Amino acid sequence: MSGGRWFLLQSGLLFAALLALLLLCSQRVHRAETDQLPARLQLIHTLKLTDFALWSEARYTRHPSQADWFAPFQDFPSSFEHFPAGSLMGPLPARPATRIEFHRQPSGTKP
Amino acid sequence: MMRQLKILDFAIASLRRRKGKSLSIVLVFAFTVAALSSVLLLTHALRSEATQLLAGAPDLVVQRVIAGRHDLIPANYQEQIEKISGVKGVTPRLWGYYFDSLTGSNFTLLGIGDDAPQGLTLLTGRLPKGPDECAIGSGVAEFRGVTIGDDLYLIDQDNLGVGFTIVGLFSSQSDLLTHDLIILEKESLRKFFAFPPGLNTDLAIEVYNPQEVDMVAQKIKREFPAARPITHGEIVRTYDAVFNWRSGMLLSIFSVALVAFCILAWDKATGLSAEERREIGVLKALGWDTGDVLLLKFWEGMVIALTAFLMGMTAALIHVFWLGAPLLAMVVKGWSVLFPEFRLVPYIDLQQIFIIAFLTIVPYLVSTVIPCWRAAVTDPDSVMRG
Repeated sequence: MSGGRWFLLQSGLLFAALLALLLLCSQRVHRAETDQLPARLQLIHTLKLTDFALWSEARYTRHPSQADWFAPFQDFPSSFEHFPAGSLMGPLPARPATRIEFHRQPSGTKP
Repeated sequence: MMRQLKILDFAIASLRRRKGKSLSIVLVFAFTVAALSSVLLLTHALRSEATQLLAGAPDLVVQRVIAGRHDLIPANYQEQIEKISGVKGVTPRLWGYYFDSLTGSNFTLLGIGDDAPQGLTLLTGRLPKGPDECAIGSGVAEFRGVTIGDDLYLIDQDNLGVGFTIVGLFSSQSDLLTHDLIILEKESLRKFFAFPPGLNTDLAIEVYNPQEVDMVAQKIKREFPAARPITHGEIVRTYDAVFNWRSGMLLSIFSVALVAFCILAWDKATGLSAEERREIGVLKALGWDTGDVLLLKFWEGMVIALTAFLMGMTAALIHVFWLGAPLLAMVVKGWSVLFPEFRLVPYIDLQQIFIIAFLTIVPYLVSTVIPCWRAAVTDPDSVMRG
């Protein structure tokens, strides 16, 4: 077999393998969404869970969404971090995600 | 078509003459693609899973903050919040952490009321109903070597050993959520941690209209200045930020792989070896025109880049979704003693795959063709003489 044909065959096989893996992945996603997702959502809803049980070494890594505002520093602002998970998590954006605006009413008006 | 195939034949023959070099470039290139893709696939899968699962999280969680720290929330908060229009229901949550000195790991203890619905699909057995019963996650079961029907002994707030009969065991499919969980009946958790009566950890609030969650949060904040409302959107956004390829260590791995690729491409772009220059000169002297030489080099680059991309991407998919990302898990795991096994749902963003293909194949082709073009447009005699 000539070199060119050999390359085309080898690329075709690799491409087919990649495509097969992608198809298997999409099947697994479909199966997870039909079989597992409702059960997991039921669990989250019943137990009122808010976070993933991934890193259990500290409060702010076990429940990142419920942690104190300066949680990555734990002891005091800008103190050294204790856990590698913190360097993986990355800081949240400095701008708050939600904003509450306050407007001064003209004097004499009632809220 | 036939002409292209012949030039491709010639390109393969040329690569085979430099077998060692070509093979090592393919392997390094494939490893770089695999590292880049693994980071992107893992972070995208985790982020998608968080978005899907946390859709079931409470609309709003209200904490009480004292001196900048989370504090227990009194019952009057619940009564007042229930009166706010738009609020469907308020459920006090009672939970806390327990350091298990036997295994050196932290467990999360969660209390549930009598009204908690039974029949959870991912729970073998049932949720606890009595004061001396508990349900546990698979991580706790594995670490303590216990199963349904056994007793789980924990040390309570007064330093006394308390035994709970295990009546439920969460399946490993729910590990991402329940791996370190111990569920107790609410009053027995209150007694275990010696929580003062009338105080809870926080409140989970259900809102009729999801569009009104921010408005309800504002009202709660106005009513209780010490309250900290955390909206459902903020919970999801936290995980979006946590599982981002741009964060911390994953960015380091990503950058190292990217720099390695840039060095590879730069090495190709900065010049040809004497052997390659002589080859181009010979081809030109034999009557090949510049276009043919460029086409030959294009095919040489394409053979290497395409083979490496396909190999690297296939390896990354297998590494992340079939082997559980063991190489990245070492980094991701950190100091967690109880870390669930990665059984990720393989959410894949095809756009990401196309971007990786574009960002790796095209620069490599350009860096292969441009120096050859410079050599191919000069006189064959001077090219061969160097």
